Amino acid sequence: MSRFLTVNTMRTLLPALSLAAILAAIFYLQPRTMSYFGLNLLLNLAIPIALATIAQMFILCVNDLDLSLGAFVSLTACITATWLYDTPVLGVLALAGCVLAYAALGALIHLRNLPSIVVTLGMSFVWVGVAVLILPTPGGKAPEWIRALMTLKPALIPFPIIAAVVIAIIVHFGLMKSAAGVVLRGAGGNPLSVERAGWSLLRIKVTMYALSGFFGVLSGMALVGLTTSADANIAERYTLLSIAGAILGGSQFVGGRVSPIGAVIGAVTLLLTGSFLSFLRLNPDWQIGAQGAILILVLALRVLIDRSDKRS
Amino acid sequence: MKFTKVTVVGAALACLLSSVAVPAFADTADKRIALSNNYAGNSWRQAMLTSWEKVTGAAVSDGAVAAADAFTTAENQVTEQAAQIQNLILQGYDAIVINAASPEGLNGAVKEACDAGVIVVSFDGIVTEPCAWRIAVDFHQMGKTQVEYLAGRLPDGGNLLEIRGLAGVFVDDEISGGIHEGVAENSQFSIKGSVHGDWAQDVSQKAVAGILPSLSDIKGVVTQGGDGYGAAQAFKAAGRDMPIIVMGNRHDELTWWKEQKDANGYETMSVSIAPGVSTLAFWVAQQILDGKDVPKDLTVPFLSISQDTLEESLENTQAGGVANVEYSQEEAQGVIAGAM
Repeated sequence: MSRFLTVNTMRTLLPALSLAAILAAIFYLQPRTMSYFGLNLLLNLAIPIALATIAQMFILCVNDLDLSLGAFVSLTACITATWLYDTPVLGVLALAGCVLAYAALGALIHLRNLPSIVVTLGMSFVWVGVAVLILPTPGGKAPEWIRALMTLKPALIPFPIIAAVVIAIIVHFGLMKSAAGVVLRGAGGNPLSVERAGWSLLRIKVTMYALSGFFGVLSGMALVGLTTSADANIAERYTLLSIAGAILGGSQFVGGRVSPIGAVIGAVTLLLTGSFLSFLRLNPDWQIGAQGAILILVLALRVLIDRSDKRS
Repeated sequence: MKFTKVTVVGAALACLLSSVAVPAFADTADKRIALSNNYAGNSWRQAMLTSWEKVTGAAVSDGAVAAADAFTTAENQVTEQAAQIQNLILQGYDAIVINAASPEGLNGAVKEACDAGVIVVSFDGIVTEPCAWRIAVDFHQMGKTQVEYLAGRLPDGGNLLEIRGLAGVFVDDEISGGIHEGVAENSQFSIKGSVHGDWAQDVSQKAVAGILPSLSDIKGVVTQGGDGYGAAQAFKAAGRDMPIIVMGNRHDELTWWKEQKDANGYETMSVSIAPGVSTLAFWVAQQILDGKDVPKDLTVPFLSISQDTLEESLENTQAGGVANVEYSQEEAQGVIAGAM
């Protein structure tokens, strides 16, 4: 294999290539999407999903899995549409409390050595319960500034694209290029050696969960900015979407192996898959299955790449 | 004029009997209308989609509109339907008819549609975004009508049993609110018991059987639809006198009512919402595209069946289905004129 097409670059390129393929198919099926207005409509719902996928990626990074993310995003959306709108101070405190709660979860999971799947699955019911208490019937209002930000129409490049690039770059430099990021990722890949080197695994886990909570909060806020109001179940799908998006983007279940840029691309690809299938006029009963088939196809390609990695 | 007071039985029959004759529509012949539907998992929704297909199919072949495609989301999720609506905008539809997963959660996507010049008409599951049209069902009145009917039948009043729907759903609150308002206005009645039947016959039968021993002398049962047959079975099993049970237009309920009517002259009424309301929404969208002035809030009349129209309604209702009314363009224009 040539120097430029190593297994690693292929692995990195795969998510981008899948995105390009699906985008090309959409442009072909529906040329109307190939415009500022079209891209904006096509991609704006990808921002909250991309943020949720980044949140999930932090958890995957320390070799855990978060099954409560959808419920958590719903909760933060409810807080954004009610308290943050009526009494901003209370709203900010509540959202900060959500981040702290996530950090505490990280501590609990590490200290008691509990399986993250069980803890987060249990917490998902708590999040939904609190969300229903805050907003018993669908409603609330998006704070003006969030609505203004999410409906921003910058010149030339649609806002969702700018937002996706900014999110990807910030997390990429924070997690992949900084010294602290290396330690954080190392704790997922090889916790023993990181601990022997004198780092506190507890602090690392708390940090990662807090970061995940922070991005979960951002996801809820972005979602409310788009929908203008909330609902206690508004982001139910995000749990699975975020896991699928992160994996599609090159993250792996083994911990330490993640890719923020890939995660954002994965989230966008996943959303576009839905649009692609609906432009195809496929019966909705088949759409979920077809979405799954596309996921399997991309993952199968990755397994092929990994195999050639081992062989070489 | 308040349209909800109008009984639509006449119009319903006229609709069922008359053949669908649609004149040509030059102004909307090139317009495309899409249906965005959040759920298709029960008999009512299936009937709604069938009605849509039937009426819009004829409208398309008659040249009233260029296309009328139905899209249903797979998971009944707000974010999924919002994405679906945005996709429909991109597909260039001139109007989108919505049965919404949430009254508030789709407002962002609906606003995007309005901003793109797309007409949005919501029905049944309506949206609150001001730029959209709403065809709402007056569930409150549907509850009140039942008590008013009972007041006519039972001048001396008596004890009532209320069967409610699924707890926490706003439809349940609305119908029940109407029933309680009716009872407050007719003080000869009092509601002695209230159970949740979840709009399902088996659940209702169990719930009524459970509460019956604690109730003496029930004169009437007020319901929400899909629960009357179960209630009747519970009364029969307990060996109690059969009260006047208000039915909900389901096939099994109408069949039981017919049997009782033939056997012992049993009299009652039946009321529910016709799934064909989707076709009213379609014609309203077509009228708006045609440049007609249509009020933003319309109320859809409910469909009631009386002792005299029972046989006819039963004949026109499929086994396992719900009595239905499909709208023609003239009838939709009538609803619009009534709301002006």
